[in-house]
Amino acid sequence: MTILTPTRRMILLGGLGATGALVVGYALWPSHRLERDDALDAKPGERFVSNWIKIAGDDSTTIVIPHCDMGTGIYTSLSQMAAEELDADWGKLRAEAAPPDPLFANGALAEGFILSSRDMTADQLPAFLRGTIANTFRTVAGFMSLQVTGGSSAIRFTGVYGMRMAGAAAREMLVKAAAARWNVDPASCTTKDSAVFHAATNRRLGYGALVADAATYTPSSNPPLKPKSQYKIVGKPVPRFDIPKKVDGTTNYGLDVKQPGMLYAAIRISPVFGDKLVSVDESPIATSRGIKKVVRLDEAVVVVADRFWRARDAVATLDPKWDDAGNGNVTSAGIMARHIKALAASDLKKDITTGDGADALGRGRPVEATYTVPYLSHAPMEPMNATALWKDGALEVWSGTQDGLGARAFCAKVANVAMDKVTYHLMPMGGGFGRRLPGYFNFLEHAVKTAMAMPAVPVKLIYTRDQDMQHDYYRPNVTSRFKAALGTDGLPLAWLNDYTTDDGANDEAHIAYGVPNQALRTAKVATHIPTGPWRSVEASWHGFFIESFADELAHAAKQDPVAYRRALLKDKPRHLAVLDTVADKAGWTTPLPPGRARGVAIFECFQTIVAHVAEITIGQGGVLKVDRIVSAVDAGSAVNPDGLKAQIEGGIVYGLTAALNGEITIDKGAVTQANFPDYEMVRLADCPQIEVHLLESDAPLGGAGEPGVPPVAPAIANAIFAATGIRIRELPVKNHQLTLAAR
Amino acid sequence: MTVKLKINGAEHDLDVEDDAPLLWVIRDEVGLTGTKFGCGIAQCGACTVHIDGNAQRSCVTPVSSVVGKEITTIEGLSANGHTPLQQAWIDHQVPQCGYCQSGMIMAISALLKTNPKPTDDDLANAITNICRCGTYPRIRTAVRALAGLE
Repeated sequence: MTILTPTRRMILLGGLGATGALVVGYALWPSHRLERDDALDAKPGERFVSNWIKIAGDDSTTIVIPHCDMGTGIYTSLSQMAAEELDADWGKLRAEAAPPDPLFANGALAEGFILSSRDMTADQLPAFLRGTIANTFRTVAGFMSLQVTGGSSAIRFTGVYGMRMAGAAAREMLVKAAAARWNVDPASCTTKDSAVFHAATNRRLGYGALVADAATYTPSSNPPLKPKSQYKIVGKPVPRFDIPKKVDGTTNYGLDVKQPGMLYAAIRISPVFGDKLVSVDESPIATSRGIKKVVRLDEAVVVVADRFWRARDAVATLDPKWDDAGNGNVTSAGIMARHIKALAASDLKKDITTGDGADALGRGRPVEATYTVPYLSHAPMEPMNATALWKDGALEVWSGTQDGLGARAFCAKVANVAMDKVTYHLMPMGGGFGRRLPGYFNFLEHAVKTAMAMPAVPVKLIYTRDQDMQHDYYRPNVTSRFKAALGTDGLPLAWLNDYTTDDGANDEAHIAYGVPNQALRTAKVATHIPTGPWRSVEASWHGFFIESFADELAHAAKQDPVAYRRALLKDKPRHLAVLDTVADKAGWTTPLPPGRARGVAIFECFQTIVAHVAEITIGQGGVLKVDRIVSAVDAGSAVNPDGLKAQIEGGIVYGLTAALNGEITIDKGAVTQANFPDYEMVRLADCPQIEVHLLESDAPLGGAGEPGVPPVAPAIANAIFAATGIRIRELPVKNHQLTLAAR
Repeated sequence: MTVKLKINGAEHDLDVEDDAPLLWVIRDEVGLTGTKFGCGIAQCGACTVHIDGNAQRSCVTPVSSVVGKEITTIEGLSANGHTPLQQAWIDHQVPQCGYCQSGMIMAISALLKTNPKPTDDDLANAITNICRCGTYPRIRTAVRALAGLE
């Protein structure tokens, strides 16, 4: 993807908050807003030095994180970045969530993606942010009102352009305050463990003692940053702040919200997307215990009861009638036929053409292949839910979303009230993976509308797993066709790739490989199936397509798949280092017995390069077992190396479930799968040994949450080909009968 | 319709139907929310509790079937501080989103009572809980360390 260079429109601010702590942070507007920050968020005895760093009189330091916790550890790693530049005592540091207020928008993210190009159109935005536009959120809350956690962006943008700067600026202010107190040159002072030192006179002042003085200085807009060689906190495997509360059940997720007098709601949404509720007969549940109300929404019926299981059982008993928006006959096979037809059209939309493009296809030996990936559900462990209270024209909402501020704006829009009438409590999430990004807030809409039908009563709406799985915004079903021409050295002279899309061209289809003549074209296929960003977004499909086809080319050229990729990446030293590392650690050249094989894939996304080698066994009856996945990762460098490894491990398992089992199919216009038996997950028994090897490079910090996913499916498919001679061109693998007979 | 349940050592007289699911009674009636809802059909294990020391999925357990039995939730796993298993989860930085981990820890703590040194295969055969964040490799490592197999 194209990463825009952030411009520096943000202004660093510092000062004393109303409660006496130093506060330093970013403002997106040239106005002093720390008093408002304090009023919103400072605890007694604290002052904001910026809106992102608070230092109290006892040196205790709080990093305010404008992102939400969905399990990726960013509260810890972003704190590391701020604490490093601040020279804070790690033991005195804590992190807390920023309130969902525009003052705490993650401006660096907005800056990185949006502000630097005000004339950007919606389809030029990275896919994970497109929902913010579709939602007219940009109009509601302006360019700055983003607290999005997604797109592997937290470290890359908030961390690099936000946390480091805020930490460095705060440190500079504290040094100035100490130097003035001692009447010495600030340049003669040093900092360490939340204190300023003057070595010549052997003096020390803790940050807490300097808070009031420091707040009188204006933070510089461009404070000097530490060179990497001086890092003491960044790059260390720091234990995550959030983990102790996640082993004893004390983390309160959205599902765990408790409010006095709270009622519970269960929903049934029209099975066919877009159909509306016509009628529902309430009589079957008229005498059921605990039922408070049946709420009719446009496309759903909701039962509110005193307990969730009573609401759930009641709503299942109802027989709602839906209208027919005309999609009741759509099937997966029908959608596939649309893909084939669209790709056969003569007027495909050009994305990029290099060299002579498709005209060069006649110059070498032709190789062709077409691949398809299915729709996928996100299926986070915590089903969608939200608690809402509508009282006296104001709304209070509790929910876990990947954008607290966006969620607040969305709720205001649903309730048709001003944003200051909405209080939003951002709860930790039991998984996000893109499902809880703005633009995909059906659960919030349903909860708010239900609460508005039950004034003055807090109502917790929970989707059952069936509703969650059947009313997701799915990873799109995509078909991709390749044609290549191989030269006498076996390497491709020409590369043509036509693929279906439900919005526009995908940057992730652009290949890292050196091919002189390329043409990329898209075929638009519209369906009524809602789609959205799913962990690694476009890379989740193009990674499979490109890396499967690259493997087919290697085999067509009768070359080793690693050596072949090396030849195509000869001008890409970072890719080569990742590829060489994974091949070495996996023992790529060590022979395996019959029935066992390895496959390799390498893909760059979110500025991180990941290669996997999958080692598999084809056992009795063609049963596939993935024995081991070895991974090499260049994310520039790691803020929290253990956290980066955990994210890659998690990405591998997420990608493995999709590769082996993941498939949402459509029948009669609706999703067929409803729960885990039919949308099966990888469990401990199917989880291979996973080894992650981190590389350091001088590249900018890359993402962690997503880049582990894309190379999984092609590495496994390529290993299956090596073992069996069977080429997997349609995922998931479970739909293919594997046998060693072909070999 | 009073049902008497003993949860984490405390007796509760609850006015619920005999077939009310234990998961929701624990969460909504008793107010212990450490036990999670994931699938509602005993597939994912997020709702795992101990019934007389054995791991059981509470989302499909009618309360009438556990009257007179010792019900233990994640809140009742340890009277003081984290158990060695929970500490191993911290030491090996196992959780990510953490939502499945209550159930995971309840399931594995029950296994360890009967098999204190499970091999990877023992663990895989006994534990079918789903973790969508993919913490399985660290779960294996943490259990190996606990069993002294590292």
